[in-house]
Amino acid sequence: MSSLPAPDRPRPQSITDLFVSFTVLALQGFGGVLAVVQREFVEKKRWMTNEEFIEDWAVAQVMPGPNVINLALIIGGRYFGLKGALAALSGMLAAPLLIVLTLALVYAQFASRPEVAGALRGMGAVAAGLIGATAIKLAKGLKTSVLGWRWCTAFGLGSLLAIAALRVPLVYVIFGLGGLACALAYRKLQL
Amino acid sequence: MNAPPQLVLGAADWLEFFFHYLSLSLLAVGGAIATIPDMHRFLVDNNAWLTEAQFNASIAIAQAAPGPNVLFIALLGWNVGLNAGGYLSGLWGIFLAMAGILIPSTLLTYNAAQWGQRNREMRTVRAFKQGMAPIVVGLIMSTSLILATASGHSLDHWPLWLVSAVTALICWRTKLHILWLLAAGALIGWFGWV
Repeated sequence: MSSLPAPDRPRPQSITDLFVSFTVLALQGFGGVLAVVQREFVEKKRWMTNEEFIEDWAVAQVMPGPNVINLALIIGGRYFGLKGALAALSGMLAAPLLIVLTLALVYAQFASRPEVAGALRGMGAVAAGLIGATAIKLAKGLKTSVLGWRWCTAFGLGSLLAIAALRVPLVYVIFGLGGLACALAYRKLQL
Repeated sequence: MNAPPQLVLGAADWLEFFFHYLSLSLLAVGGAIATIPDMHRFLVDNNAWLTEAQFNASIAIAQAAPGPNVLFIALLGWNVGLNAGGYLSGLWGIFLAMAGILIPSTLLTYNAAQWGQRNREMRTVRAFKQGMAPIVVGLIMSTSLILATASGHSLDHWPLWLVSAVTALICWRTKLHILWLLAAGALIGWFGWV
C-alpha cells in the first residue's frame, strides 16, 4: 500500500515481466514463498524496501485468502492495475500447479522411499530457517516506526509468544494485539 | 488403508463442492491452511469424497513442491475428480476448487489494496501500517518456529533445529542463493543425517 516508487526506482517493465518474475519466484519457493519474495523483490530487484514489504505483507495477512497470493495481487496491482494483479497471480500459480500435479501422479513410487522422506525433512528445516532470516531482516525495518522500539519489541514478542507458544488462533492475534497496536499508532500519529 | 471411493458426482454435487470453497474463501484469514479442518469435515467426514490418506497426501505433496501452499486445494479437487471418473473430471475439480477459494478473497483484497493505495496519506491507513508492522514481524518469526518444530518438540530433533538455525544465519549474513541452501538440506536429509 506504499506510494508508487520514484521514477528512477527499479520496477517491472511490463506485464510479461511481472508474470515471469512471479513464476521464477514461485518455483524457488519450497516450503513457502515468503522468504523468496523478500530476497528477490527487496534485495535483488529492489522493486520495494523492507518497510514497504512489511506494509504489503500486513495487508496480505489481514485480508482473507492465501497470504502470498494476496501479496502477488497487491504488488501486481500497484504497477499495472487489475491486469498486473492477474498476471502476478497466474505467474504464482501456473507453473507450480503443473509441478504439483506431476508430483501427485508419481507420488506412489516416491512415498515409500526413506531417502525421499529424509530429503523432504531436510528441505523443510531449511525452509524454516529461511523464513526466520526473513523475520530478522524485516525487524530492521521497524527502526522508523512511530511506535518506537520499545512498543515494537513488545508487540513483536507478544505475537510471537501468542502464536508459537500459546497457539492462539491467528484471528485473535491480528484483531486483538493488532488492533491495539494500530490504535496506539493512531494516537501517536496525532501527537 | 482404504481404496479410493468410486464416486458418481452429479451437477448438484459439483455445485455444492464449488459453493463450499466459495464460502471458505472469505473465512481464510491467515491463509488457506487455517481452513484445513473444515475441508476435512466436508470432504472426508461428511461426504466421503476423499479417503483420509488422499487428504493427507494432498497437503504433504503441496508443501513439498515449490510454489504457494494453497495448491493443496487444487490437489484436493484433483483427487475428488479422480475418484469421480478420471483425469478430465480431475481437471474440473481443480478448476472449481481453485476458483471457489480464490475469487471472493481476490476481489476483496484487490479492491482493499487499491483503496489503501489511494488513501495512503489518511491517518487510519498510516496507523494501520505502522501498528501492524511489529505484529507482522512476530508472525513471520512464529511461522519459522512452527515449521522448524513440525516434526515434534522432542530434543531428539536437534539436528533438524541446527539445520534451521544455520540456514537462518547464512541467509541473514550472506547473499548465497536460496536454492543452494535447499539443495544442501535435501542432501543432508537424503543421507539420513537429520
